[in-house]
Amino acid sequence: MSEKDMNDKVNEMLQRSEANVKKTEKSFVRPEDEEREVVAPDGSIIKVNPIYDYFSGEKPKEEKPCSGVIEKFLNWARAESIWVLGFGTGCGSIEIPPLVTPRFDMFRYGVQMRPTPRQSNAFIISGYLSVKTLKRVIRTYEQMPSPKYILALGSCTINGGMYYDSYSTINRLDKYIPVDVYIAGCMPRPEALLAGFMKLKELIKEGKGEKANEYARNFDEYKANQKKIIKDWNMPDYNW
Amino acid sequence: MKNLIEKLTEDFKISDVVYQRPDLAFVTVPKGVAISLVTELRDYEGFSHFVMMSCVDWIEEGKFQLLYLLHNPKTKTDVGVKTFIDRENAEMASAHHLWKQVWTYQRELKEAFGIDFPGSPRVDENFVVEGWTEMPHMRRDFNTKEYSRDTYFPRPGRETNDPAEYMRKKLYPNEPITAKKQDNDK
Amino acid sequence: MINKFLGFEPDKDKLPSLTAKIGDDIDLSSHKYQKIWLGPNHPGVTGNMAVELWVQGNTVVKAKTHVGYLHRGFEKLIERRLFVQGFPTSIRMCVAEPDTNEYLIATCTEQLSGYDKAVPEMAKWLRMLSLEMARLQGLLRGVPGQGGTFALGLGVQWGVYLRDLILDRFEELTGARVYHMYIIPGGVRGLLPDGFKERMEDNLRDIDDFIIRIRKLMFHNSVFKKRAKGLARITPEMVDKYGIVGTNARGCGVKRDVRKDHPYLHYDQLDFDPPTDTDGDIYARTWVRWQELIQTVDLIRQIMAKMPEKGDIKAQMPNVLHWKIPKGETYVRLESGRGEYGMYYVTDGSEKPRRVNLRGPSYTHAIALLEDLLVGADVADVHAIMVSLQTCPPEIER
Repeated sequence: MSEKDMNDKVNEMLQRSEANVKKTEKSFVRPEDEEREVVAPDGSIIKVNPIYDYFSGEKPKEEKPCSGVIEKFLNWARAESIWVLGFGTGCGSIEIPPLVTPRFDMFRYGVQMRPTPRQSNAFIISGYLSVKTLKRVIRTYEQMPSPKYILALGSCTINGGMYYDSYSTINRLDKYIPVDVYIAGCMPRPEALLAGFMKLKELIKEGKGEKANEYARNFDEYKANQKKIIKDWNMPDYNW
Repeated sequence: MKNLIEKLTEDFKISDVVYQRPDLAFVTVPKGVAISLVTELRDYEGFSHFVMMSCVDWIEEGKFQLLYLLHNPKTKTDVGVKTFIDRENAEMASAHHLWKQVWTYQRELKEAFGIDFPGSPRVDENFVVEGWTEMPHMRRDFNTKEYSRDTYFPRPGRETNDPAEYMRKKLYPNEPITAKKQDNDK
Repeated sequence: MINKFLGFEPDKDKLPSLTAKIGDDIDLSSHKYQKIWLGPNHPGVTGNMAVELWVQGNTVVKAKTHVGYLHRGFEKLIERRLFVQGFPTSIRMCVAEPDTNEYLIATCTEQLSGYDKAVPEMAKWLRMLSLEMARLQGLLRGVPGQGGTFALGLGVQWGVYLRDLILDRFEELTGARVYHMYIIPGGVRGLLPDGFKERMEDNLRDIDDFIIRIRKLMFHNSVFKKRAKGLARITPEMVDKYGIVGTNARGCGVKRDVRKDHPYLHYDQLDFDPPTDTDGDIYARTWVRWQELIQTVDLIRQIMAKMPEKGDIKAQMPNVLHWKIPKGETYVRLESGRGEYGMYYVTDGSEKPRRVNLRGPSYTHAIALLEDLLVGADVADVHAIMVSLQTCPPEIER
C-alpha cells in the first residue's frame, strides 16, 4: 500500500469518526432506544424502535360519530361529565384550587378533577408551556381516551403572551395539539374558567367537540411541528 | 466590616472594594484565591450562610464575573466575593465541598453560561432545558428573540412599537415635539 | 393481633434489610430496587417538579430532583427589557407570593439609582401591607395544605376560601387578583379605597375563627400527629450546611428572620417576635407556620392602625422610558412566607439591566436538602416532605 493510499485511508477514518462525534453530539437517543433488530428466543428476527413506540408514531384512529339521536344523547352525557386531568402546567393552575372549593364550586356543573389521563377527557393547559413540559403534555394527551377536549388558559397559549420572545416557551399551542376553547387573560379569573367550561359544553352538545379526530386527521403535520422543537424524545427510564 | 476587609486585603490581593450598603460589600479577588477567601470567611470570620452564587457576562471585556455571596448571621453583614474569569473555555475551581447546595448553582452555571467546574457532582446533567443544541442560553450573544421567532410559530398580527413614539402618537397627537420636552426625557 | 385476625401479614419484615449504600452505585439490574418517578404533574400545592426515587420495598434509598418544567428564562427576558418593562415580567417569577418580586425589583432599581431615600412614608406602609397580605394568602394555602398531604382535605377547603377573600381585598387595592403590579419604583400605585379597613377587619375576624378551627383539625388530630412527628427532621447543624432559611430554620430553633435581622421598610416599628420551635420535624414546621398565621393577622392589624391616613404615595421619578441607571450592583432580600428571598441586580449604565438573579429559598430546600431528607422516608410521605419544605419550583428555574 502506497503512502498516499494510507493517508487517504486515515483521512477517511478521521472524517468518519468526526461525523460520528457530531452525530452523538446532536442526537439525544440513548443506545438502548435506537432502532435495531433483536433475535427472539425462537430464532426469529424482530425489528424494534422504542422511540417510535413511546411516542406513538402510530396514527390514531378517527372515530365516526354515531347516528342521530344516539349521538345527541352521547354528546349530552359527555357535556355533563367533563373530567379534568389534574395536571397544572403553568401558573394558571393556582386558580384551580378556588374552582374546586366552595366559592366557585365547579362540581355543580359536572366538572371534576381526575388523577390519571386514562380517566379524564378534558385537559386544562394552564398557561405557558416550556418545551420540556410540552413533551409530557403530548404524551399525556395521547394517553387520554377519545373524545378529548383541550382548554387553553391565558394569553401565553394563544400567542406567547408575556413570553413571546422566550427561548424556552412555545408561542402557539394549536400548532402542536388541537385546542377546543381558549380562555384569555393573564391569568384568567375562576369565573372566566367557568365560562370556558360552559362554552365547551355548548360546543360538545352541538357536536363540535371533534378535535381528537382532527388530531388524527392532521397527525403528520402535528407530529412534524412537535419534532421541530422537541429534540430529546427520551422517556424516563424504569426498571420494571 | 471595614476592619475585616482591610485585614484580609493583603493576604488575598483584594483589589476593588465597593460598600454598597453599610451591611453589604463587594470585593474583587484574582481567580486563584477566590475559593480560599471564601473558605477563610466561612471558617474564621463567621460567614457561615451561603446566600447565592451568580455569574454576569461582561461580553465587551471577554470576561465572566463570578459572585459568591456570603452572609454572617451574627454580625448581620454580607460580603460578595467577585472574581473574573476568561470567557473562552471558562473554567473555575469547584466549591461544592464547602456547602451542600453549591453544586446546584454550579450545575446551573454550567448549563446557562458554559462555565466548567471540574469535580463538581452532576455538573454535566441537564438542569432546566432538555435537548438543548444551541449555545448556553444565558450568554449575552444568544439572541432569544430571534431564536423564538425562528423556532416557535409566532402568531401573525403581533406588533412591536417603540413605547415613546407610541405614547406620543396615541396621547398627544397634536402636540409638537418641543426642545424642553426632549430635555425632560433625558 | 388484629392483623392476624384479618388475615393480613405485614410484608415489610420479609424484605431484605436495607443494605443500600447512599450514593450512585445502586445496581438496578439486581431487581432489589425499583425506580419510581413522582411528578412532574402538580403534586398538591407545590408546582411542577419531578422527583426520581429509588425505592427498596417501601423505603426511599436515593432521590433526585428534576426541575425545569416551568422554565421561562425570566433572567434573560428582563435583560432585554427596559427597567420598567421588567416589572410585569418579573412578578410572574413566583406565583405563590408575587408581591415579593415586585418589592425586590423596585428596591433594587431604587437603590442603584439613588432614589431609595425618596420613597414616601405612606408608600412604605402600603408596601408593607401588601407584602403581609401576600404572606397571609400564602399561609392560608400552606398550613392546611400540609394537612392535605396527609389526606386531610377539609382544611384546604376552608383555607382556599379564606384566601379568596384576601384576594378580593387585593382586587380592591390593586385591581388584580393574583398579579398585582402594585409596588412600582418610587412608591405604590394607589391609596386604600374607602372602607377597606372595615372589610379587611371582617375578613381577619373570619381568619381568627379559622385559626382556632384548624388547630383542632390538624394539631389535635392523632393521624396527623402520628405521621408528622419525627418525619424529615432538620437539625440546627444542618441549617448553615444546606443554607436553610425561613420557617424551615425556625422550626429547629435557629432564629433567622430577615424582618428582624435586616429591618426593611418599617418593620422595626412593629411589635412582633418570629415564632420558633425546637423539634425540626414536619409537625414543628407546621406549628411554626400556624403561629406565623396568627402573627401575620396581628401584623396586618398593627399596620392598618399605625398607617397614616393620607400622604404622598409616589416619589418624583425620571421618565421611565429613558431611565438610565449608573453602573452598579446590589443584593436586596426580604422575608417571604418561605424564607429569605433575594435578588442580585447588576446595571451597566444603559437603559436595561445587565443581570438579574433571583435567590429563591426553594433553590436549596427542594434540591440539595430534599434529596437528602427523602433518604429513608416512606414513599407515602414524599409529598408531605416536599410540601413541608414549602417548595415552589417556579423560583428554582425561573
